[in-house]
Amino acid sequence: MVDGWDVLILVIKALAIFIIVPVAPLVFVLAERKILGRIQSRIGPNRVGPWGLLQTLADGIKLGAKEDFIPPAGDRVVFWLAPLFMVVPAAMAWAVIPIGPEVEIGRKIGLWVTDLNVAILYILALGSVAVYGPVMAGWSSNSKYALFGSLRSTAQVISYEITMGVAVLGVLVYTGSFSLVDIVEKQKDMWFAIPQVIGLFVFLVSGIAETNRAPFDLPEAETEIVAGYHVEYSGMRFAMFFLAEYANMFLVSALAVILFFGGWHGWTIPGIEGLTSVLWFMLKTLALMFVYFWLRATLPRLRYDQLMAFCWKFLLPLGIVNLLITAVLRLGWS
Amino acid sequence: MTDQIVAFTYLSIVASVAGLATILVRSPVHSALSLVVVVFHVAGMFVLLGNGFLAAVQVIVYAGAIVVLFLFTMMLLDLRRHETERTVHRRQIWLAIPIAVLLFAEVAWIAISKPEISENLKGAFPPQTIDELGGSAQALATVMFTDYLLPFEVASVLLLAAAIGAMVLARNPDEESLASPPDMIEDAAGTDGSSDQPEGELSETPATHG
Repeated sequence: MVDGWDVLILVIKALAIFIIVPVAPLVFVLAERKILGRIQSRIGPNRVGPWGLLQTLADGIKLGAKEDFIPPAGDRVVFWLAPLFMVVPAAMAWAVIPIGPEVEIGRKIGLWVTDLNVAILYILALGSVAVYGPVMAGWSSNSKYALFGSLRSTAQVISYEITMGVAVLGVLVYTGSFSLVDIVEKQKDMWFAIPQVIGLFVFLVSGIAETNRAPFDLPEAETEIVAGYHVEYSGMRFAMFFLAEYANMFLVSALAVILFFGGWHGWTIPGIEGLTSVLWFMLKTLALMFVYFWLRATLPRLRYDQLMAFCWKFLLPLGIVNLLITAVLRLGWS
Repeated sequence: MTDQIVAFTYLSIVASVAGLATILVRSPVHSALSLVVVVFHVAGMFVLLGNGFLAAVQVIVYAGAIVVLFLFTMMLLDLRRHETERTVHRRQIWLAIPIAVLLFAEVAWIAISKPEISENLKGAFPPQTIDELGGSAQALATVMFTDYLLPFEVASVLLLAAAIGAMVLARNPDEESLASPPDMIEDAAGTDGSSDQPEGELSETPATHG
């Protein structure tokens, strides 16, 4: 039965998402700059606050104080809506991400907002909606660089969405459930990263391409098209694009942990299983975030035709082969 | 029950208004974006009916793929300069309005005069059966991969054939020579580009081909 406590718990969970989704990118931006600095034999930001900790905050204040410029020849309404289409899906997806098991604090509380039985499809649907951000931004800016960026982004995201879906299908064949909580529970003994190693590769590469990150950051390749679809954006609206990029990386990392790396499972300390589980989940997710930064520091950007050929001629067939192998193994198992 | 009615009222009003906007606004991009709003609110109605699977598929297929491709084409074609003209298909409108009115009247008449029809339209999967199977996705899969396996497979082969057919038809024969530079050089030097033209009707306009 639903009582006042249940409602309160739900509100707290929703608030937690509202706080974590905008705040986590602040930390990641600093982490990325520090790690990139170290990899490139630099120190990284170290002026604002101790060890440069307040750098992102200072940047945020700077962006907030800047003029919010809207291109006069552009489309005001669409220009205004585009950043929202970037941030909102990234936040909405967290509603189904389980960060830990069911814990007992007076009553049984699942460490997720809702355990949807079509959770995977819900996230893929939100991922496909996120493409409207670049499309709307690029078109409404009335600028050729922005338009090129958004055309690149659209083609890229639509293409890699397919490979990502195929990679997820491999996991679904194993679990027979769309629910993320079920998927994590089924990895209690073995992470899906072991039987699904090809699927993991396809998923991670597609995830990097979906978030428009290096080496697939063609939509914002500064040497060719200045900054891509958000070239006309300034001030807080630009900050929202920036925030969405990191929020999406965080989401893809969390999803990879849930689908392939056993979610919250790990060695737990008796008595505080709930807390250690959440720590395991965060540790795994942060490790994948580090891979993102690492790739950016070490790999050069691909050419556009290479990017598309890689998706359609290599990744998609690989994903389908993986799906076939998985299906055969699954039949042999049962 | 009342919260369902509130949700349905909201979804239907916004979907109808956005649907009207889709056909009435002048800018093609605004029109496509209105269509996205319609798609989302129809997906919301599927959720209200307890079918999350259909809602997700609706968003993935229509909002995530089809409308994006519309927008993609519009951006490539730059339809902005046509925004000021209003295109009214005068002949179609005389047929379209009566048919729309007729359809609406038909639905309204059935809904009001024969409530027993909607009672009997429950089908083989009432809510409790769906719950027993474990959800709407499972219910759909059960039917699709048992009773309707052959039509499902035939439809998928048809779609695959259409996709491959579109790719073959859209393929530019010149592109193959571009893929292998030595051939292209040989072609350009030896035959001044006329050999790759099909004989007959196209030979009158060599400029469009080279």
